[in-house]
Order: sequence, then C-alpha cells, then structure tokens
Amino acid sequence: MRHTITVLVENEFGVLTRVAGLFSARGYNIESLNVAPIQDKTVSRMTIVTRGDERAIEQIKKQLNKLIPVIKVEDISHTVHLEREMLLVKVAACSDSYDALLALAESSGANIVTDHIDSHMIIELTGKAEQLDKFLLALTPYGIIAMTRTGPVGMRRDAKGFSLG
Amino acid sequence: MHTIMKLSGAEILVECLKREGVDTIFGYPGGSVLQIYDAIFQQSHFKHYLVRHEQGALHAASGYARISGKCGVALVTSGPGATNAVTGLADALADSTPMVCFSGQVPSALIGNDAFQEADVVGITRSATKHNFLVKHVEDLALIIRQAFHIATTGRPGPVLIDIPKDISINICEFEWPEVVNMRSYQPVTQGHPGQIKKAVRAMLACQRPVIYSGGGIMNAVGSASLLRELSHALNAPVTNTLMGLGGIPYDDPHFLGMLGMHGTYEANMAVSHCDLLIAIGSRFDDRVTGKLEAFAPDATIIHVDIDPSSISKNIHAHLPIVGDVGVVLKQILEEIARKNGAPDAAALALWWEQIAEWRSVDSLHFEQLPDSPIRPQRVIQAVHEITHGNALVATDVGQHQMWAAQHYGFRKPHRWVTSGGLGTMGYGLPAGIGAQIASPGERVVVFTGDASIQMCIQELATMYQYRLPIVIIILNNAYMGMVRQWQEMFYESRYSQSYFDSLPDFVKLAEAYRGTGLKVDKIEQLDSVLEQAFAIDNGRFVLVDVAVSKEENVYPMVPAGAALNEMVLS
Repeated sequence: MRHTITVLVENEFGVLTRVAGLFSARGYNIESLNVAPIQDKTVSRMTIVTRGDERAIEQIKKQLNKLIPVIKVEDISHTVHLEREMLLVKVAACSDSYDALLALAESSGANIVTDHIDSHMIIELTGKAEQLDKFLLALTPYGIIAMTRTGPVGMRRDAKGFSLG
Repeated sequence: MHTIMKLSGAEILVECLKREGVDTIFGYPGGSVLQIYDAIFQQSHFKHYLVRHEQGALHAASGYARISGKCGVALVTSGPGATNAVTGLADALADSTPMVCFSGQVPSALIGNDAFQEADVVGITRSATKHNFLVKHVEDLALIIRQAFHIATTGRPGPVLIDIPKDISINICEFEWPEVVNMRSYQPVTQGHPGQIKKAVRAMLACQRPVIYSGGGIMNAVGSASLLRELSHALNAPVTNTLMGLGGIPYDDPHFLGMLGMHGTYEANMAVSHCDLLIAIGSRFDDRVTGKLEAFAPDATIIHVDIDPSSISKNIHAHLPIVGDVGVVLKQILEEIARKNGAPDAAALALWWEQIAEWRSVDSLHFEQLPDSPIRPQRVIQAVHEITHGNALVATDVGQHQMWAAQHYGFRKPHRWVTSGGLGTMGYGLPAGIGAQIASPGERVVVFTGDASIQMCIQELATMYQYRLPIVIIILNNAYMGMVRQWQEMFYESRYSQSYFDSLPDFVKLAEAYRGTGLKVDKIEQLDSVLEQAFAIDNGRFVLVDVAVSKEENVYPMVPAGAALNEMVLS
C-alpha cells in the first residue's frame, strides 16, 4: 500500500540525512521525499511517499517519531487529502511540432516557461502524479530532452492545521 | 546577582559536567581534544580514567552507567579516536545504556578538507547513537551538553555523541547555564494511559496461566525491580527475565523461572509457549528471546509495557500496549489491582504452578562434574558463585562463557550484571568490569571471559593495574571461539572453520606482564583452592585465573535459530 506521510521537523543541520538514513538503515521503501521550511522558519515540513503493509507503516511512523528533531508525524493517506506534484520538462521543438505542443500544453493546463521555436521548450505542470504521467506520455513522441519532478506534497482537505500547536 | 563568566569551550565542558553531577569520565587524549584535556587537568570536580583504547573508554562508561544508574561519560579525540568509539556507541544503543560521548573534531575551518585525523563522525555515528550533535558555535555548547544528558538519560536511554571542533574548545564566550531543558520535539511519555492500565489489570485478574517476561527496562527504571516482584507476588505469576533483565527478580525467588530464549531454561520457554497472558515489561521481543515468531506464545494475550513505542508490536503484536516508564506503570498497575481488590483464579493458578513444577523437574541446567574429568565450565561459574556468595558484580564478554554465567551465577538484585546483550560485543567484559569497579569501589567485581573475547580488549589490563582495581578475571579457556565452534558443530557438520586458536598466549605470564596476578587451573581438584587463593589476594591488583575447561562443551538447553521455544534441544 502506498502511504503519504507528512512530518514536521526542526529545521536544523542533518535532519534530512537522519530521516533518509532511517529509511535505508531499516530497509523501508522511500518513493519520494520533499522538504522545505514552513511559515515558522525554525520548522520544516516533509512529505514522504512510501510503500508497506500496515505494520511496516506503523513502524515507520514510530521510528520517525523516535528521531529527536522530529516534532510531529501524520499518515494522511487515510484522511481526505490532496497531493500535488510539479513537473519541469524540456521537450524538443521545431516549426512542425510547435502548434501541437502548444495545444497539448494548453489542454493539460501546463505553462510554457521557455520557448525556442526551433530548438526546445520548457513546460511546467502542477497536478496529481497521474496527470503528470499522462502528460509526459503525450510528450514522448516529440522527444523529451530532460525532465524533473518534485515528488508530491500533500495536505488534509479539512480545516485542521498541521502545526506546532 | 548574576555574575558573568567568560569561559573557553573546554572550560564550559568542564563546568557543564560539574553541574550535571558527573564524577567520573573515561577517555583518551589526542590532538583535537588537547584544550579539553588541559581544562580537565586544572579541575577537581570529576576524575578522568585513562583507558588504553577508545573502545575501552566507551565500554567502561557503559559498565559504570549500568552499575551506578548514572550517565556514563567518555571523551575521545577526532578521527581514529572517534571511529574506535563507534563499537561502544552501537553497544550502548542496542542495550539502552545512558551515555554521553564527547569527540574532538578538526577545527571548523578544516572540516571537509580531509584534514589530519578528520572523519565525518556525526555521519558515522548517526545510526550508532540515540542522537548526535556537531557544535558549530561555542555559544551553543552549554545548551547542547544539557540536551545531550537529557536525551541520554530520559525516555529509552542511549548514547549521545557531541562532536567538538578544536576551535570551539578554544573560543571564549559568556557562559550561561540553561536551567531547564525543554525540547518541543522530544517529550517522552512516562505515565501509562489509565484506560490501558485498567484493561491490563482486568486481563491480569481474569487469566489462568500468566507469565511475566521482564527485560533491561527494569534496570533503567531505577527502583522498579521491587515493584516487579510485588506484581509477581500479587498475581502469583511466574517471572522470566531476558539476558539484560537478570537480577530483575531474585534468582532464588520461587516465582523465578530463569532466563528465557535461545539458552533459557526449559520451564521458562515452556511457560511462555503455554501461557494465556504474557506480561512483557521493559523487554523488546528480541529474536534471541522469541525464536520462531509465529510459534511464540501462541495462546497468549500480550500486554507490553515499554517506554519506547517503536519496540511495541515491532516483532510480536501486542494486544494491550502501554507506553510509559516501567517503574511508573508498575506502580499504576499495582494501585489498580489494590483498588479492584481482586485476585486471580487460585484454582487455575494452582494447576498452572503444578504444570510449571513438572517442567522444572526436567532440571534443564543440570550438569555433572565427574572427578578426573575435564573441568565443566558450568562448575566454574557455580564455584565462583559459592565463593562470592552470589554477591559479586559480574561482567562478561560474549559467547559461551556469557551464557553459562547468565544461567549459573544467580543474581539477587538489579544492577549487578553487566553484559553485552543486543550487539554481542566481544571485548566488552574487561573494560565493563573496570567501569563496574569504579562505580562501586567497595564491592567484588568478577569478569567472566573466554580465551577469544579477552584478547579483543586485553590492553585494558594496564588500566586495571594503573587504578589498582582488584578485579578477578576468570577465563573459561577452551582454546576455541566456543560459541562459533558450537554452531559449526551443530549446523556445519563440525567443520571448525577458523574457530580454533592454534596459538594462545600464556595468560598467566600475560597477567604478570601487566603487573597483576596470574593463576592457572588445569584439573578439577585444583579449582576450589585456586579460586580461594585468587579471591584472597588483597594487594589492590587484578587477578586473572586461566581455567582450562572441557574443550567441546556446548551451551544447553538451546533453541536452534529459527525454531520455536518449545522445540528446545536439552543436551
């Protein structure tokens, strides 16, 4: 089962290594990990996507909690939540393919970031992972030169916060 | 009036140790810690014990911590000093030993430059410590030390490392002692959940075949051993201890079943296999305890009391988890039992004890020592028990001798037994014995070791002599790595690959070279008299007794790895 776990950590030196090291040392899967500070700059929020049965996930949560700089852990998979991921993709472009690429980007809700008609364009798309997959598939025939994805970030849809309080 | 103290990092370290109440530290100097050693030279608040290898410093700190109940403290230099300490840190982590280790580091400006004696110590020790710190500003040092002691000694205790670059130990700042430590990300739970306590007590009063299975948590929660005994008597429930938990209940208490697990007693393993309620207290269902997981306590409701939530339901599902300090939780449980004024089903318990008596009659630890035959190692442990009246502080190394000591010495009280359980560190015994003796100078310390283990930290004999520690070291010498040989005999058709020592030192001469006394026992007739001689020596120096024991003796009973507890091999 795929699980999305959000973690609040002290924004300090080495904390990312501690979290990543925990997953490798204990043999847990880590599909993606995303981290950045929140509005209180002393705190960072991580979104970790992992796979495992209930028991493994329970252990992952406990082991994360055991790390000293970890403030809070929540598995949002069982809550009504949303996940978004961002993609930057550099695709080959020429005058023949240009219009088709523009149309594809527009219909997918993507933004053209850089545009060199006879060479390449860079497209940005934010959405669910499946949307990004679908978009990449559609771009493949045009020639993907490079791509990068952030991995998902997630939060619960209800009014509840996930903060220090 | 608040006086301003301007101190160097090294002086801050000394001041903080003083305020933490530290009276003893173990260490070894080197380039990156010279400033700290200079500050130590100029103070008299604590005593520094010089070991001969950094691994010895960490194990000595561990032995000290486990006998005294205080936090062990070690100090090592950068690079190799710190890498030598890693085994000791990992050992302390596995056995939940409270410890703070300071390591020197190259000056901040050189970090990352592959400088002389530089190692990424925070990186290397991350998974061998409960937590570690790199000090980046001297202003942070006092708070970091305060937090380190707090983390090491609370929750599930463990080792914390503080890496101090040389310039930090030299830099000067205004010293400020943080009176309170409040870490929003670290707040261990000590009180058990009242609802869970109620449920647990209901299960305890309703069961018919209870077993209490307690571990090292009883040692860490100082004072909890008497509560454990109280619970066992209140429920009339048998108690088994893990290796780390020995002494949790007196070995001669009729409720004690002996140790459980791979080399546990028949009655302990059978009782666990047949109980309907297993009360795990400060124990962690280690694989050496459980054997085959699917067959472990198959009929039992499992109550698990532990301070570390990640230990609960990790290996075995707990039906009734209680997170908390075992001392606090035991008190809550006893209060609830008193409040309910109930008692377990006496008739059912009588049947249960009858069954246990039957298992006990197998006498699984029985051995016979015939005259004119090789010395049985079990007999040596028993003889030492007799001569010390079971009152020694016992440290061991790792292997067969460790299991025989666990099975045959017999402990009446907690904090009398120091052994490397989780990590299984050969070389632990001598330095741990040193720490034990320093923690309790008036008491008799015995180190049981093997001819293989002792050679892994033998340099610490020099430390024993330097501080005139009158430790009695007993080598159960079979010229083999005995436990390795036993497994090769049992599982590799006796192909003794690299487990035999064709060349052993003359341990008697070695003891004398290190300025202690060396004695040798070859025949069973000599055993008692040589031991008497050894324990009578009163010159403040260590005594080493090299006992030639039967070479191919195996530790029994035994649950083969991967087998169920009720599939014991008795001999």
